[in-house]
Amino acid sequence: MLYGYAGKVLRIDLTENKITKEDLKKELVDEYIGGRGFVAKTLYDELPANIKPFDPENIFVIAMGPLSGTFMPATGKTHFGAKSPATGGYGDSNMGGHFGVEMKYAGYDMTILKGKAETPSYILIENDKIEVRDAEKYWGKGSFEVEEELKKELGEEYQILTIGPAGENLVRFSCISHDFGRQAGRIGIGAVLGSKNIKAIAVRGTKDVPIYDPEALYKFGKETYKAASEKPGFKGWTPEGTAGITNWCNDVGALPTRNFKTSHVDYADNINGKAIIDRIKVTDKGCFACPTPCGKYSHAKTKIGSTYVEGPEYETIAMLGSNCELSEIEEIAYANFICDELGVDTCSAGVVASWAIECFEKGIFTEDDFGMKISFGDLESVVKILELISKREKIGDLLAEGVKIASEKTKHDTDKFAIHVKGLEWTGYECRNAPGMMLGYMTADIGAHHGRCWVLGNDVAGSADAGNVHDLISGGKKINKLPKAKREGVVPIVLDSQHTRPAFDILGTCRLQYMEIGLETEYYEKNYEAITGKKLKWKDLLILSEKIWNLNRCFNFREIEDFGRKYDYPPARLYEDPIPNGPNEGHLVEKEEIEKMLTDFYEARGWDSQGKPQKEKLESLGINL
Amino acid sequence: MHLKYIESKCSGCRTCQLACSLVNFKVNNPSKSALRIDGKFPNPGNYNVRVCNQCGICAEVCPVDAIRKEGDTYKIDKNICIGCMACVEACPKDVIIEHEDYDTPFKCVNCRACVSICPRDALEFVD
Repeated sequence: MLYGYAGKVLRIDLTENKITKEDLKKELVDEYIGGRGFVAKTLYDELPANIKPFDPENIFVIAMGPLSGTFMPATGKTHFGAKSPATGGYGDSNMGGHFGVEMKYAGYDMTILKGKAETPSYILIENDKIEVRDAEKYWGKGSFEVEEELKKELGEEYQILTIGPAGENLVRFSCISHDFGRQAGRIGIGAVLGSKNIKAIAVRGTKDVPIYDPEALYKFGKETYKAASEKPGFKGWTPEGTAGITNWCNDVGALPTRNFKTSHVDYADNINGKAIIDRIKVTDKGCFACPTPCGKYSHAKTKIGSTYVEGPEYETIAMLGSNCELSEIEEIAYANFICDELGVDTCSAGVVASWAIECFEKGIFTEDDFGMKISFGDLESVVKILELISKREKIGDLLAEGVKIASEKTKHDTDKFAIHVKGLEWTGYECRNAPGMMLGYMTADIGAHHGRCWVLGNDVAGSADAGNVHDLISGGKKINKLPKAKREGVVPIVLDSQHTRPAFDILGTCRLQYMEIGLETEYYEKNYEAITGKKLKWKDLLILSEKIWNLNRCFNFREIEDFGRKYDYPPARLYEDPIPNGPNEGHLVEKEEIEKMLTDFYEARGWDSQGKPQKEKLESLGINL
Repeated sequence: MHLKYIESKCSGCRTCQLACSLVNFKVNNPSKSALRIDGKFPNPGNYNVRVCNQCGICAEVCPVDAIRKEGDTYKIDKNICIGCMACVEACPKDVIIEHEDYDTPFKCVNCRACVSICPRDALEFVD
């Protein structure tokens, strides 16, 4: 028996309407453990080479890890994978909530969809019973609307994921939504479901997950909750969640503003975590087994409407807020709701919308393109852009492709301020005085995503030794002017972050308990042993992370025709235009510095000058392609 | 003494259910727990936790007298229970639980595992 695992892989061929279940292979468990490890290995091995992301042959993977759904803090993450609509390369995205946990209780560690349903459908999973059902009446409807209706139809206890109209219309930054506010936002994962005619998946699972030593799990689990609750980060982090770092990011000149033109605003107090608590919060809303709920379910009133919505979390505040210059928390929350309901990622949407507004300001796009005049700081403009994108109407059809493709088609040097890497839009950290963070964005396998590497605190601290985020951000005093951050020494810090973060995605927990709260890795090792009956050495987990980084890099070389070094650069704005104002005024990371960082990074990874993993490195990691 | 939910404190994490299943059934399975959490979303956006208040209606309706009070707690004697589920139907809070793995229902036994683990201090044990 594989303790800690449900034990089955579920395969659904939507074209053939064929459902099969097979035993989870011990070899896969031994080599890749779970979650993101399963996703990476499965995509490399099973995806037919050189298909397009919206071809029926693309596969859609759902995977959990051995700690998913178990009695220890924050075991509610679900991992999804597919060939990325954003980049054409490797793609994965994860979300919190309760969905993956329920899949595991239904009996499945991994689910693999392929093919395309003939008509709009949803998948119903009730333990052993699997059905692909008609979803004609849900097609075209919003994410929350469908979740609410499916809960009424099936029962409150079902866990449901949905896509919105954007996913149906193959918007390349469509998300998956779940639990009225949790999203797998990145890489356009929602559009992969849309391309398969799948509107939703509903699951109910009531089986035991086999535990090697339940009494030890109960004992160690309790100890882990207690230890987490005693960390200073517990009380510091929980009340405001990720929104609590808004002022710090603004103070250190890292808050993306006006399509990354600058990095500081004078209205941070109107859009921060305190503004959420004081002005819009209804309740704290947590993921499965999480003692530190970062979800701030809210009700926001604006001049164009009012709504209930979870969030906004920090990334949304940065990308829809300062980056589009929405300067009141209610406006950001409303735009957040529109994104969720239409089914687009708030991060990418903020980049795309701000790029479109800048193009309009420069006279490249016109009033006819949008059906109205648009501007920064205007909620109606942002909502209009989001609606056009999700319906692919007017200029929305171009914008739905994401800023990389949209800028290539638009020309007029608009690629210079199209803020993405590899085709995936950037997220909430401006990096012109944060070279390590910039290198993290540049080299991430899925494109510009902070979840792959977060070392901004280290950059700000002068490339100091890595520490947890709470320690990094709570110690600093407010500085009006920051010195230029050092480029030297960032590579090992970036590598450390790139290898630490996947560890949690592999095991099946949220990383925040470790990263933000400061929970020690020993707790994960002890609980892992109680759950699986096997020893876990953290350093071995970091080697597995490195293996996955290399495997995914190989995937990108295989799947993207001219892949190499040129795919690892940030947009020109970030190395040509110094920041015009704020704490980092005058700073940028020069192109020459970027080249040096890349060269050092490739060398440290055992990759050649194009960033291609070398045979010796792959062999040392046990990758035999 | 019985369990009580303190309104508006729950954040929906279900850690209480995991603790309940581990203590009472030695399994990690929230569907085998004697508490139920209702999320009221999208509107008004809150959670309600349903817990047994040891009201005894289950004992009153049991046709074979399988539910008896021991101290403060009504307990189901599995050796007497015939699995008719009359108590499940009658429970005003719907917290006597049926599960396909068992022939007989189960209910809260006042073990307090949920109270001790709740990270939100949303549960208490009261007179």
